[in-house]
Amino acid sequence: MSLREALLTHNADLLPGRRDEDWRWTDLRGVLRPLPDMSTDLQGLTSRPDIEVLPGVIVRRHAAPVAGGVSDIELVVARGEVVLLLDAFEAGEGAYVRDAALPIRLEEGASLTRLVLAEDGADAVSVICSDVSLAAGATFHQTVIASGARRQRIETRVTHPGQGASVRLDGAYLLSGKRHADQTTRLDHTGPGGESRQLVRGVAADQSRGVFQGRIIVREGADGADARLTHNALMLSEKAEIDAKPELEIYADDVACAHGNTVGALDEEALFYACARGIPAPEARLMLIEAFIGEIVERIDEAVLQALARSFVATRLEALRG
Amino acid sequence: MLDIQNLQVCVADKPIIKGLSLQVPAGEVHAIMGPNGAGKSTLSYTLAGRNGYEVSGGSATLNGEDLLALDASARAARGVFLSFQYPLEIPGVPALTFVRTAMNAQRKARGEPEISAPDFLKRARAVAASLKMDMNMLKRGLNVGFSGGEKKRMEIFQMAMLEPRLLILDETDSGLDIDALKIVSEGVNALRAPDRAMLVITHYQRLLDYIRPDRVHVLAAGRIVASGGPELAQQLEREGYEKYETAA
Repeated sequence: MSLREALLTHNADLLPGRRDEDWRWTDLRGVLRPLPDMSTDLQGLTSRPDIEVLPGVIVRRHAAPVAGGVSDIELVVARGEVVLLLDAFEAGEGAYVRDAALPIRLEEGASLTRLVLAEDGADAVSVICSDVSLAAGATFHQTVIASGARRQRIETRVTHPGQGASVRLDGAYLLSGKRHADQTTRLDHTGPGGESRQLVRGVAADQSRGVFQGRIIVREGADGADARLTHNALMLSEKAEIDAKPELEIYADDVACAHGNTVGALDEEALFYACARGIPAPEARLMLIEAFIGEIVERIDEAVLQALARSFVATRLEALRG
Repeated sequence: MLDIQNLQVCVADKPIIKGLSLQVPAGEVHAIMGPNGAGKSTLSYTLAGRNGYEVSGGSATLNGEDLLALDASARAARGVFLSFQYPLEIPGVPALTFVRTAMNAQRKARGEPEISAPDFLKRARAVAASLKMDMNMLKRGLNVGFSGGEKKRMEIFQMAMLEPRLLILDETDSGLDIDALKIVSEGVNALRAPDRAMLVITHYQRLLDYIRPDRVHVLAAGRIVASGGPELAQQLEREGYEKYETAA
């Protein structure tokens, strides 16, 4: 079951739907009948990103397809190389459907800091999936910032070999209107002594819906793994919805794994405190939301990517102002 | 300056303030003392404009302007400053950013130009120095990880920066050791001015040894039941609130 297969064979029966455990909160069956035509046909791959190189940063701009579009592009970071990568998904018009597969392979000692800025149209369905494999001593730090779509899912599946490799998988979503954003991660610790950190934060206004699924697997032999996963969400309206499922599957010994999940409203006390100092309520609300999401931005350790993330967040905050 | 007439306030439909009248002239410091549950915090929250504090009667004006018709931020722009009993922690918003945002919002509401960043910083440095505060503390998330004393000092810093006309100190002494109490009191005393009124709300007389009030009022069961000079605070400390509670 996948959107890709369904699009390529034009068979809606292959769409993942709410009966599939991994897709139960991001049902595509209900929204993609009939399936759109493919935008063009290029050996099964219908769109390719424009790739440019900013000083120090590889930028992949993923334009939205006109109708249905599938793309597939692999990145290999060679042994010992250090790469900063921006994957920018650009919104298109109308009810387009995109499926992007962006596998990444990090060779020994390689380092990749990746920022994904996912902007999609309100009527779009967008599924972005990255399988990431790390060799020993590699570093993969990722931050995904998403603003949702009719259905938007950004999935990252990481194979973590332990052995000095390090993984940070952060994310943020800022949703308004009827937008839906799903951030799903699977972190597979396969070797001894692996460390991973995850912090995902989201805000959902109006009738929007945020989904977070974070699974950490510690395989047999991955002894001494140290994995932390936290998801915090703010619901800004009574009609907003947050669905979160953090999961730990542990088959090894002597591991330190923790997950935490909180969903709540904006702190009314803090809001009143700011208002009582003269900040009007709408401003105060935005200030608190910005601070909440700002912690995700501040964890990005490369200044150039941090600045890009900050400006993306600022634009989305304006949308939350209404 | 502050004129409260026959104020009645309900919280969750329960009457808490039941006909409170009080005048605080410019330049004076008035203390409100009272037992737990007398309505002290309700009074301060009502004056500051917190949601959920329903005014069912009476009036409260600041220099003739109806406070009760304004929302909390508009009252702050008119010069009302409530110092919280438990100041909030706001992670991710540095104290300096918070105060500058507040100052500029107030100025905007009053139709004044924004303060420039260099001017703001210059003033912040001067005020911090006078309060013996480290500027680094002001660059961290507001009140995050601060001790009770540090939080209260941050309140004083904000007062000194925002220059309110009516200062309401809600149980400012709670959670303070004697050294912190002295520093905070000195900060408050430095803000005494002929065009500024202060309302010091406290359960204990201790704070009033450091912030000397011009008048002391006893609040019990939602009303002012006695008023007098500073000696009234001494008397309450000796005799307790019992006789007022039964009288009310």
